Amino acid sequence: MTVHNLYLFDRNGVCLHYSEWHRKKQAGISKEEEFKLMYGMLFSIRSFVSKMSPLDMKDGFLAFQTSRYKLHYYETPTGIKVVMNTDLGVGPIRDVLHHIYSALYVELVVKNPLCPLGQTVQSELFRSRLDSYIRSLPFFSARAG
Amino acid sequence: MLETDTFKLHCFQTLTGIKFVVLADPRQAGIDSLLRKIYEIYSDFALKNPFYSLEMPIRCELFEQNLKLALEVAEKAGTFGPGS
Repeated sequence: MTVHNLYLFDRNGVCLHYSEWHRKKQAGISKEEEFKLMYGMLFSIRSFVSKMSPLDMKDGFLAFQTSRYKLHYYETPTGIKVVMNTDLGVGPIRDVLHHIYSALYVELVVKNPLCPLGQTVQSELFRSRLDSYIRSLPFFSARAG
Repeated sequence: MLETDTFKLHCFQTLTGIKFVVLADPRQAGIDSLLRKIYEIYSDFALKNPFYSLEMPIRCELFEQNLKLALEVAEKAGTFGPGS
């Protein structure tokens, strides 16, 4: 079981952060294009889900999986989107994504007067804390699975 | 498979590019076998029907009957957690 990568987007589609741990295959396009592709896909899926839902939604889109990986999604009321790709063995991790938002992004970036919002996070502290948090997760294995 | 808090969307694509898409309750079990069963029903009652032309809407009574039956069986067979 492992974590492949993590994206953080703001409400305008700006990619605030991207980290990679185990990624066997690259997308074949530039990182900038990849972020736009990811954000665009999530935007379309959210719109699709709200239209197709047979009942009133509370949380909305949670995750999708293919035969090779699972994409987990968490969105805050302010439009901050946390996206994590893992392998298939991983169950619901909404609380993990929420922790990344509240205990890492809010604490280390939003509350930091030297961190400008609305652009890529430069904070080294955020990067290293996020990395150690992900590596400490029970479903993260250091060996690429 | 796409998961939300109100439904799960399952997709089964055959080797010929036919896509079977099922929207179900998130707790519903047995969707993978249901999708394969629906493929079987499609090939038996639509494709093998001499009056059915490909790419047209399926208006075969036996197809609809057997489909309904398969859906009822799947619904009875399994949910994880309390049924509604």
